[in-house]
Amino acid sequence: MIGNIVGGLLNKGAVLGDFESIATVTVGSGGSASISFSSIPSTYQHLQIRFMTPFTVQDGEIRIQFNSDTSTSYRSHNLSGTGSAAAAGTISQTSISTSYDGNATRNSAYAKSGIIDILDYANTNKNKVTRALTGIDVNGAGRINFESGLWPSTSAISSIQITQYGFDGTSYGVKNLAQYSHFALYGIKG
Amino acid sequence: MPATYENIATTTLGSSQATVSFTSIPGTYTDLVLITNTASQLASGSEHILCQFNSDTGTNYSATYLYGTGSSAASGRNSNTNGAFIGRHEQTELGTGITHIQNYSNTTTNKTVLSRGGLAGQITIAYVSLWRNTAAITSIDLSPFNGTSFDAGSSFTLYGIKAA
Repeated sequence: MIGNIVGGLLNKGAVLGDFESIATVTVGSGGSASISFSSIPSTYQHLQIRFMTPFTVQDGEIRIQFNSDTSTSYRSHNLSGTGSAAAAGTISQTSISTSYDGNATRNSAYAKSGIIDILDYANTNKNKVTRALTGIDVNGAGRINFESGLWPSTSAISSIQITQYGFDGTSYGVKNLAQYSHFALYGIKG
Repeated sequence: MPATYENIATTTLGSSQATVSFTSIPGTYTDLVLITNTASQLASGSEHILCQFNSDTGTNYSATYLYGTGSSAASGRNSNTNGAFIGRHEQTELGTGITHIQNYSNTTTNKTVLSRGGLAGQITIAYVSLWRNTAAITSIDLSPFNGTSFDAGSSFTLYGIKAA
């Protein structure tokens, strides 16, 4: 499927308990330019995104925006293991940066994986922060990342937009998330 | 109605044991989460915990890791290993570990494993490991990296997470 995939509040997987599935998106044939979770209820305390995406774009990252905000200066920090050294970095751009691969050679048979926590996402007195554990290993290269992100907005998060940036063998840019990519959004009750 | 985050199985060792296994893992979840709290019978020092899938003992795994010792931060890599790395432990102190296996039952990609662990008095560490196999994961075997045994009292819990 080419284009954008939107996962709203399906309520299909919502079950009793403190850790609830809100929505899941699995990318179909042809990939998808973006993934969105919309109409996120404000009834949880925290959100968690759990994802796996085939490694089709290298020297790249997964980018996250909230409430379709494409103009704000989001801020990201990382502490990463490159396989030979501990590295740290920061970036300010129009999205949160996560899941950098260290320019390992892309191979769709391998997959980036990650868990992203969005704390107090509905609190209108706080700017929004994320923390993530992400990584990719391709047997001889790869990267493990601890990451944090800031969206300097006190708005409650009601939607999340996810894209991918990197090099696909031809050019750098925003590239499709590959078929079989799987992003699941969970709500954690407080 | 089934819960989203379910306990699949739990084991606490009453005596030392070389390998702990989870078998017949159902394919009905989306992700697996493994919680370990273990001590080793290694004579000195600490070691990784090895994780093998579907009884694959071949050199079909690899790992990249990041760790801090309290005085420095560093990273390492092991290629063509005979297991994923999921945590660290030693004889006198329990090591803790949380391991995530996303989309463990998909048959399209090789399996990526994310782990965080540590020994409070020694090290904090995170791993990303690869199992070069596209098969759905149906069993997990855990063992100390240096071929010793898990000590009595070591505990292991496997959870399944369902998606919508």
